[in-house]
Amino acid sequence: MKIELRTDLIAKARTALDLNLPLTKEILHSFVRNEVHKFGFTRAVLNLSGGIDSALSAYLAAGALGPANVLALLLPYRESNPDSQADAETVVEALGIPSKLMDITPLVDPYFAEFADMDVKRRGNVMARARMIVLYDQSVAFNSLPLGTSNKTELLLGYSTLHGDMASAVNPIGDLYKTQVRQLSRHLGIPEAIIEKPPSADLWPGQSDESELGFAYEDVDHLLYLLVDERYRSEELLASGFETQFVEDVTRVVQSMQYKRRPPIIAKLSQRTIERDFRYPRDWGR
Amino acid sequence: MLPERTSNPLKSFRIGLAQISPHLGDVARNIQKHLEFIAEAEAQDVDLLVFPELSLHGYYLEDLVAETACRLDDSRLEPLLAASESMSILFGMVEESADRRFYNSGVYLEAGQVHHVHRKVYLATYGMFDEGRYLAAGEHLRAFDTRFGRCGTLICEDFWHPSAVSIVHADGADLILGISSGPGRGVSGESQDLRSAETWHNLNNLYARMCTNYVVYCNRVGYEDGVNFWGGSEVVGPDGSVLVRAPYFEEALVTAEISADALRRQRSLLPLLRDERLDLTYRELRRIYRGRYE
Repeated sequence: MKIELRTDLIAKARTALDLNLPLTKEILHSFVRNEVHKFGFTRAVLNLSGGIDSALSAYLAAGALGPANVLALLLPYRESNPDSQADAETVVEALGIPSKLMDITPLVDPYFAEFADMDVKRRGNVMARARMIVLYDQSVAFNSLPLGTSNKTELLLGYSTLHGDMASAVNPIGDLYKTQVRQLSRHLGIPEAIIEKPPSADLWPGQSDESELGFAYEDVDHLLYLLVDERYRSEELLASGFETQFVEDVTRVVQSMQYKRRPPIIAKLSQRTIERDFRYPRDWGR
Repeated sequence: MLPERTSNPLKSFRIGLAQISPHLGDVARNIQKHLEFIAEAEAQDVDLLVFPELSLHGYYLEDLVAETACRLDDSRLEPLLAASESMSILFGMVEESADRRFYNSGVYLEAGQVHHVHRKVYLATYGMFDEGRYLAAGEHLRAFDTRFGRCGTLICEDFWHPSAVSIVHADGADLILGISSGPGRGVSGESQDLRSAETWHNLNNLYARMCTNYVVYCNRVGYEDGVNFWGGSEVVGPDGSVLVRAPYFEEALVTAEISADALRRQRSLLPLLRDERLDLTYRELRRIYRGRYE
């Protein structure tokens, strides 16, 4: 039996992940328009971090709904990298969308003061959830739906805060791997500096996605594509020459983070339980 | 003398494809939408207007199946029946049977009557599809006579089983009416086209050529819970040529002329139907069936 070589599998993944960009753009524009309009809204709001993911969501929303109908929230903390805010402002300017700058420090510091022993992760999660509070509140003030900014790689790896940056009503980029986010961002003309800078959640100084995750996005995207989209089994990938530790780590993380991708579990008692056997589409009657 | 395969030869007429985006689970609004497209088709002298799969209901109904299903004698269908006095209409709905089963049905109206019903045989139940959980599967694949000739209705997944196409073809259908709620997937740069669109265009082309038939494909558009339905409805002639193709992702009404002469020409050039061996197919299938089930 001929075993597929790792290099061949990576080449296969690279080719498959290479997007038909005009088509992808058309589908996502029409997705945003449809899923926002059918709920009776014409506007959307999103948290613009200065990173590539929220920049892409903003560009897609502005293209779909018109720039005046997309509100960007810039929500720095006092320790946030000032470059993040500057990059977010570049996006706001380039798109001509309305924006609101609001420092979340007074929102979270009193809470942090109560718990001196909080590690950076807890603090980061609190900040992400504080930004969610602002996002959802401003969505009401702006009469709009909150847009998601989580990509497929981070959703699969659970590299995001539950009820924090994962919270949204409509997510246009959740089925795009990080490397595809970069392709589409280039296609839409997002400034190169935002595309090229090392990805970071900027929840503490010097934080970097790739050093925290332990692998490069390009490598993990290829592996995830083979595991998730093509349904290769780990054994097949190991036989082809993929590194054992890498495959094991990634498969374990995808499994252990499943809880973040599902609604909370409900103890079943009745004949019809929400999610289990009370099943309705989100777009019910739309 | 042996009986003729078909006593109802294809006639020339104008077909219309109503590529709509139904409201999910809102039958009243969808009937209104059907009537709007019917009015527009009447203005364009359409003789037979085809709507997509589940055009009256939408696709991802889940538990709404039982709550929104209609009986064929449901009074809400009356405006559609009335419209079919002058124009024949094929549409899709969740049909509730007398014994309270729910079918994904293609309902053909003609002369003010329900003229034929095809209940989807192959319910898609895998990956992103979950039809078998909510719906009952049809038990019949039958061609039927219309005022335009002999037709066969197939619904989406039915098309992915060549045996289903072969049966309605063998049953004398000169016109295959395919209705679909086809989701758009596959945006790799390897192809110029959406992957699902490419596959469907290939299927339609293949079946039209192999059967030397007209193949009509009416797909829906719109989004349901993030899933896009890509449209691209088309009419393919017996030689595989695309007579009309609707745009992707947008509601549209497109029309094409079905030509009895073109069908005759193609079958003269390529006598596949003349040479088809139904007797041999039947014998061999019977042998296989006996070996497997008896």
